[in-house]
Amino acid sequence: MTSHRTTRVALIDRSKPLRFSFDGKEYQGYEGDTLASALLANGVRVMGRSFKYHRPRGPWGAWVDDPNAIMTVTLNGHSFPNCPATSTPLVEGMQARSVNAWPSAAFDIKSGLDLFHRWLSAGFYYKTFMWPNWHLFEPIIRKMAGLGDISRDVLEGYSADQVFDHCELLVIGGGAAGLAAARAAAEAGKGVVLVEDHPVLGGGLHQMAEVEGLAPADWIAEQVNAITSAGGRILTATTAFGVYDHGLVGLAENGPFGTAPRLHRMRADRIVLATGALDRPITFAGNDRPGVMAMDGACEYLARYGVLVGRKIALVSNNSLADAAEVLLAEAGAQVLRLPPHDGPMQALGGKRIKGIAQGAKRHDVDTILASGGMTPLVHLWRHAGGKLNWCETRQAFLPGAAPDGMVAVGAVNGAFDLDVSLSEARAAGNGKSPDLSPTSYALTPLWPDPGSKGRQWIDFQHDVTLKDVELAARENYVSVEHLKRYTTLGMASDQGKTSNMAGLAAMAAVQGRPLPEVGTTTFRPPFVPVPLEMYHGHHGKQLWHPLKRLALEPQHRAAGAALGEYGGWLRPGWYGKGEAKQLIHQEVLTARGSAGIFDASPLGTIEVMGPDAETFVNFIYYNTIRTLKPGHIRYGFMLTEGGIVLDDGVITRLDQNRFVISCSSSHVDSVRTHLEAWRQDGNNPDRIFVHDQTQHWATVTIAGPKAREILAALALDVDLSAKAFPHMTLQETHFEETPMRIARVSFTGDLSYELSVRCAKAPALWEAVVKAGQALGAAPIGIEALSILRAEKGYIMVGKDTDGETMPHDLGFGVPRLNKSSAFIGDRSLHCDKANATNRKTLVGLAVPTGAPPLTTGAHLVDGTPPRSQGYVTSSYESPTLDRPVALGLVENGAARIGETVSVWHLGDIREATICAPCAFDPEGERLHA
Amino acid sequence: MQIFPCPFCGPRNETEFHFAGELGKVRPATDEKIAAQDWATYLYAQRNDKGLVREVWIHLTCSELFVMERDSETMKVLGSRSLREDAQ
Repeated sequence: MTSHRTTRVALIDRSKPLRFSFDGKEYQGYEGDTLASALLANGVRVMGRSFKYHRPRGPWGAWVDDPNAIMTVTLNGHSFPNCPATSTPLVEGMQARSVNAWPSAAFDIKSGLDLFHRWLSAGFYYKTFMWPNWHLFEPIIRKMAGLGDISRDVLEGYSADQVFDHCELLVIGGGAAGLAAARAAAEAGKGVVLVEDHPVLGGGLHQMAEVEGLAPADWIAEQVNAITSAGGRILTATTAFGVYDHGLVGLAENGPFGTAPRLHRMRADRIVLATGALDRPITFAGNDRPGVMAMDGACEYLARYGVLVGRKIALVSNNSLADAAEVLLAEAGAQVLRLPPHDGPMQALGGKRIKGIAQGAKRHDVDTILASGGMTPLVHLWRHAGGKLNWCETRQAFLPGAAPDGMVAVGAVNGAFDLDVSLSEARAAGNGKSPDLSPTSYALTPLWPDPGSKGRQWIDFQHDVTLKDVELAARENYVSVEHLKRYTTLGMASDQGKTSNMAGLAAMAAVQGRPLPEVGTTTFRPPFVPVPLEMYHGHHGKQLWHPLKRLALEPQHRAAGAALGEYGGWLRPGWYGKGEAKQLIHQEVLTARGSAGIFDASPLGTIEVMGPDAETFVNFIYYNTIRTLKPGHIRYGFMLTEGGIVLDDGVITRLDQNRFVISCSSSHVDSVRTHLEAWRQDGNNPDRIFVHDQTQHWATVTIAGPKAREILAALALDVDLSAKAFPHMTLQETHFEETPMRIARVSFTGDLSYELSVRCAKAPALWEAVVKAGQALGAAPIGIEALSILRAEKGYIMVGKDTDGETMPHDLGFGVPRLNKSSAFIGDRSLHCDKANATNRKTLVGLAVPTGAPPLTTGAHLVDGTPPRSQGYVTSSYESPTLDRPVALGLVENGAARIGETVSVWHLGDIREATICAPCAFDPEGERLHA
Repeated sequence: MQIFPCPFCGPRNETEFHFAGELGKVRPATDEKIAAQDWATYLYAQRNDKGLVREVWIHLTCSELFVMERDSETMKVLGSRSLREDAQ
């Protein structure tokens, strides 16, 4: 193949050749090339296939504006899907493969689809595959559609650094305007950061012969030197991909190919936008053919990579920038033919290679067609920030209008296409001024799609949206640009409409006979270019994302062979020992019922409420009356939301007149604390109430079982343990090894039970003493799995498991305060609304199964009628080793009044029988509890 | 990502905060009779103004509630004060 590489000064290093392959064929490029420039240098034109018709596609642009050349690149055994060839730097040994094409982009087996284009217009899938059911067709259509395949191998170390940064002035775009603005600001003493998405600074300057009397490279070097000497920072290969609230700019800094970009979250006091402008396509027949390229793109290939894309070039342009392009290309040795687009409808001739261009009756033999329909300023970031756009009739483009806070646009993005104008407004902006719209030498004749004209004329190259599709959408009344976009998928390709949007809007405007600015634009949303999801994620994984809370006694549990797992945010022993979990858990249940279970209850919340108004406060917070609670006594109660829904349950202890300890569920500590703080500060006098979360300060070891008193007695503490001196629901304060200890006689298992709380530092000594004393009496440590069974046998609930977002306390059998409590409390009025008074409320019940039947499935529905209607569901279900039969709890409509009724339980299509019973299946008289 | 000014800790990322209600919502005295309609209004009705809003927020890391003034349309934060200061 002919080499298209010229000897022109460029940004590649010709002393460093690189080998690579594309669709299985070997090629050579240079350091500094992109995949696309290296392929073009080797004469390769077809680099991909379009999404729908599988038409051959070559690059349209030279950078992020190209929608066509998308590849899966394999390097060092790892493959990366959907790499845009125009912005992927070439690396030695890269194996690139076109996506959406098989076996290769040049000979794609599905190209036959193009023959059916008449039937594949916009909305084809919506119209054709709806009957009888889209889901029948979906799998095969999904398989045919889409771009590259995601690699299934996990790439170790592919992790994005996260940088949080701030600067006084952020300059986005490292072309002439950006460099000039950054220099002016840096020299004025501002803390400046300049970002440029290319690896090399300079933007369009490389196409020029000289800048302010210097060669472009020298002028750029001078600016860089001035900026960095004044303390400015420059980030190249870094894309500002989005502007977010409060001046946050997302910057993706690309490292070597195959590494995750580094994410900078940059807070800038001010932003100078110098993002430049893009050439837009001209809509004519066959304008999607490989070899039809952007005029500016061709100049970039020449200036940056020394690649002359064609030898005989037809230059089709409606604007004054074509003059300089013609000179540039001609100097590099191309034969350039200028074709005025207004002289008549055009058609590209040829297939995978351009053979010529026809205009009216005239035919010109060329190998390349360069098109330029005018410049489109890159106003994306301006719109992200909330800036307005104004239509400029002279430039036929949307330009920055009313500015967002702290942002100013300079250079080509502001319509300043003349270098001197661009530099002077950039320098003014660097010094804090906002430039007005400058006069311009740029001139163009308006040129937009001509609805009704002949031939297949492409608007969106990647998604195969043609002018006819836009006309069809308009006929079917999808006239709003947002509807047009979604109906035709115009602008939804991976370039997000950088090339297609303006033509699409103009086509819609022309079809409707409305002025273009009236049609408006679609919404500009971040990211400006595709970025890997990994970039947002960074190191926020696993433990760093969701750190587990750890127990002071973890080493003791590990030594005892605990199976540790996450329960409510804590790493806790599920059970102890090696072997079959179910057997071990059942053995622990039997131990607890036969002797005693020793349990680490430290995650239970310990929130102290203190102060002169503490009593009034907790009385208001709780559903139950707390005012009457005596010091040293404990009460079980509920906290509700204002909607009357159960927020948490647990016991509250009164230590003295003005001091309470709230013991909330392990996983609800944070929400309860926030709930208390909200009510304390907003609605009460915060100087008279103090809330102190001490959960992490106390470790609690619980001894539960008939032998609990004997075990505790063995510790020889200074406490009278007799049932009379230390009854159920009371608290004693004592000392353990000369540190304070609280002993609460409360029970979550239904057996005699003591909760011993000490400072964490004393927890290991206490644990060892209790386990030692327990072992002599047949007691042993039990995990949370056994505890769940023990409490279910007693019908004790776990909030969030046995309650849902509708459960009120009277649904759980605690209806007295609702009717009798005299003072106000949170949620009180809600407990008397129509819904709260309804007779079909779901209430807590037990569920028994026939003898010999297995346990019910948690989550299974209780049903009646045909088709089956749910009247409730199973919330907890276990095999009870104590009773040697299954036990279950559930929430069922009007359940409390239906004890003894047989119900149908539905699970995955199977229906079983169960009988509604009281929630408490073990020791319903509570004799063991009060022992 | 917005930055909110906690009157106690200074400007922090929005992820550290939780919305705690519109300012000026008064809990009806529930020891008296309250019409269902009034209670429902208290529970569920929000002004949801466009433009200047005054809201109560909680800074989760220091547990302090405070009043924040902001523009719900432009997301601009106009200032924040402790509940105590605001009540004066």
